[in-house]
Amino acid sequence: MRTEALTGGFADAPVEAAQVFRATLEALARPGRIATVGGAEAPAPVSGAAAVLLLTLCDHETPLFLAPGHDGPEVRDWVSFHTGAPLVGREEATFALGHWPALAPLGAYRIGTPDYPDRSVSLIVEMEALAARGARLTGPGIETEAFLSLPETEAFRRNNARFPLGWDCFFTCGQSLAALPRSTRVEEA
Amino acid sequence: MTDAAYNFAYLDEQTKRMIRRAILKGVAIPGYQVPFASREMPMPYGWGTGGVQVTAACLTPADTLKVIDQGADDTTNAVSIRRFFQRTAGVAATERTAEASVIQTRHRIPETPLTEGQILVYQVPIPEPLRFLEPRETETRRMHALEDYGLMHVKLYEDIARNGAISTAYAYPVKVEGRYVMDPSPVPKFDNPKLESPAIQLFGAGREQRIYAIPPYTRVVSLDFEDHPFEASKADHACDLCGAEESYLDEVITDDAGGRIFVCSDTDFCAGRRAGGHRGALAAEDVA
Amino acid sequence: MYVAVKGGEKAIDAAHDWLAKERRGDRAVAELSLAQIREQMSLAVNRVMAEGSLFDPDLAALAIKQARGDLIEAIFLIRAYRTTLPRLGASRPVDTGAMRCDRRISATFKDAPGGQVLGPTFDYTHRLAGLQTGGRGGRIRGRVPVCGDATDEAVPKPRITDILGRDGLIQDEPPGEAEPPDMTRAPMDYPAGRALRLQALTRGDEGFLLGMAYSTQRGYGRNHPFVGELRIGTVEVEMEVPELGEAVCVGELTLTECETVNQFAGSKIEPAQFTRGYGLVIGQTERKAISMALVDRALRWEELGEEDSGAPAQDAEFVLGHADNIQATGFLEHIKLPHYVDFQSELELVRRMRAEAAREAAE
Repeated sequence: MRTEALTGGFADAPVEAAQVFRATLEALARPGRIATVGGAEAPAPVSGAAAVLLLTLCDHETPLFLAPGHDGPEVRDWVSFHTGAPLVGREEATFALGHWPALAPLGAYRIGTPDYPDRSVSLIVEMEALAARGARLTGPGIETEAFLSLPETEAFRRNNARFPLGWDCFFTCGQSLAALPRSTRVEEA
Repeated sequence: MTDAAYNFAYLDEQTKRMIRRAILKGVAIPGYQVPFASREMPMPYGWGTGGVQVTAACLTPADTLKVIDQGADDTTNAVSIRRFFQRTAGVAATERTAEASVIQTRHRIPETPLTEGQILVYQVPIPEPLRFLEPRETETRRMHALEDYGLMHVKLYEDIARNGAISTAYAYPVKVEGRYVMDPSPVPKFDNPKLESPAIQLFGAGREQRIYAIPPYTRVVSLDFEDHPFEASKADHACDLCGAEESYLDEVITDDAGGRIFVCSDTDFCAGRRAGGHRGALAAEDVA
Repeated sequence: MYVAVKGGEKAIDAAHDWLAKERRGDRAVAELSLAQIREQMSLAVNRVMAEGSLFDPDLAALAIKQARGDLIEAIFLIRAYRTTLPRLGASRPVDTGAMRCDRRISATFKDAPGGQVLGPTFDYTHRLAGLQTGGRGGRIRGRVPVCGDATDEAVPKPRITDILGRDGLIQDEPPGEAEPPDMTRAPMDYPAGRALRLQALTRGDEGFLLGMAYSTQRGYGRNHPFVGELRIGTVEVEMEVPELGEAVCVGELTLTECETVNQFAGSKIEPAQFTRGYGLVIGQTERKAISMALVDRALRWEELGEEDSGAPAQDAEFVLGHADNIQATGFLEHIKLPHYVDFQSELELVRRMRAEAAREAAE
């Protein structure tokens, strides 16, 4: 194991994880809002926001898929040391991390079952840019309408159409974090 | 001053991650009850263990916590839970609704409208709205999956046939964002309209191992019929202390000869009105 | 003028002070030591360990003292403590066939290899309150073995059901590969498999299981149990240590195991065979272990192709959902908490409906 795998975790996990979770909760509960999070660093190409999401939400109970581009020995070592999350394929993943094209095919992920729609993947989508413009969002968490620079709209529209089944997304870029639950209705702006 | 023998907010980090994941799935699927591996807390089941676990998973040191039971900050179980978090998380506590960032509640939604940035955590005894119609978990799970809520409508309709009115006065079922029928916890139906809120609402049922959520601005409709519309009723009185006409009231028996008065159940709301100079029929002039 | 009731904080402090005083009792009477409770109230200690799901006699003794002898309260203390303990690993399955038995009886065979060993049982005591002796036992005659070495270890005591199994007379229970679930780390999931059911039963309330088991004997899901074997004693607990490449003994546990031999199943294609019920409980807890075996057997109706007679003990959701005394006591006792608000909402509704009825009657 490389030494960089051992560094980059939270300095004060209980407090920092709590702060990241609150930002994450606000982001998911208010789709389109962009939060700033930080406190940890993972090896490239993992963004700071994705790193703290992994530290806050993942452990040995959450199988993780690293998409091509993110899957490499350094990231693997870091993830294993800091979270203990088992690394798996798309089909078994509770979390998946990668750039949007590399996360495909989306049909491979778990979307829950009618009895247990919560048994579904959460995608952590690494973005080149993240801004409150682009696709128009409406639904729970949004008073009137919101906008977010989604990588596309069609996949999210289809994901919403099968509600309550589906996956949920976090978008990360540097220290920025946004989210889009399956409940959000997405249209071209 | 926190108790160094315990982790921040009592729960270990592994447990908090598990609860946080359940909360996020709850937010993503409004009104759906997410099963979670509720831990055995150092307080009895039925006394807020679900709410306490959700609160513990949400708190940061910067939070200001308010805990109410029956709308009041000074009820014994509210005091006990507030002390637990002061001791294990060292957070600031307040009785003022407007100053709180996290509010844990049992049986009430505060009268003061909640705002963005606030989280309301409900203690839930029986999260399953269909439980008293069908005790079997395997059956109610199927009904939710199929969106088969006929049994609930039959029950409400039979109420009307027998009593001329829907006889549910608290824990009045709602439909969330047009999909899941949800139990809002035993708040009086007077509080149901407040379920549509700018705040995040999280529901924790410890013994029954369920977490669910209503994100901000989510549509929450109390079940009813066209010819018997839902009505958020309350006792037909004003608060005898602050004179409020539109707040939910506690009835207090003052003697054994039929004497009774009505006072706001939300103690912070009532105190705030009195501080602002409002007076009810029985308030002394000097009460601040 | 009316002033709202205040003083919750003061009331709680005062209640705690009073509780501490009551817990100690009359100070002219010597205080109990934890060792006294552990040694002389050992069956209470065993019950607290079994239902608290934690084998630690000293801690159980402490809990009993702190709880003023309220065993459910003591179990609650143990459970809340247990939750905070780190999980270092899982042991290998214990081998109850290699148990060093203090007690081992079979109701199905007059004698069997290893013999019948009564052990320290109340069974044949005459239940005469020891008014003369102040609760002490009678005079001890002869040498009494120390618990754990009661019988000659050189004499193996094969399980009775293994002996029946050799001739195919009893349904086989092959070891499974699946990792059993941990109900303390995952939410309850119905329908529950047998491993999960047994887990819930072994930490379930003794009184509840006793009542459920008794109901099956009286015809509510009857399944004709014989106590094939009841054994109490110590077993070694082994853990795999990857660094050593082998399993090492990390300690010993006292267990009570009951295997019942039940009515036979069979069909035109399958020859008749006896079936089993199984009970395994921490400590010397034989009432609980026998009850568990009967309830386990009743819950197996579906897999054994029996009819659902609608008996409570056959209903897994009912049994497992209500067996836990910590859940039950918490929810039961929570109705002591204020419910002014919900009651007021019903009061208002009832008054309104009565007023409506009165108005209609007047018209």
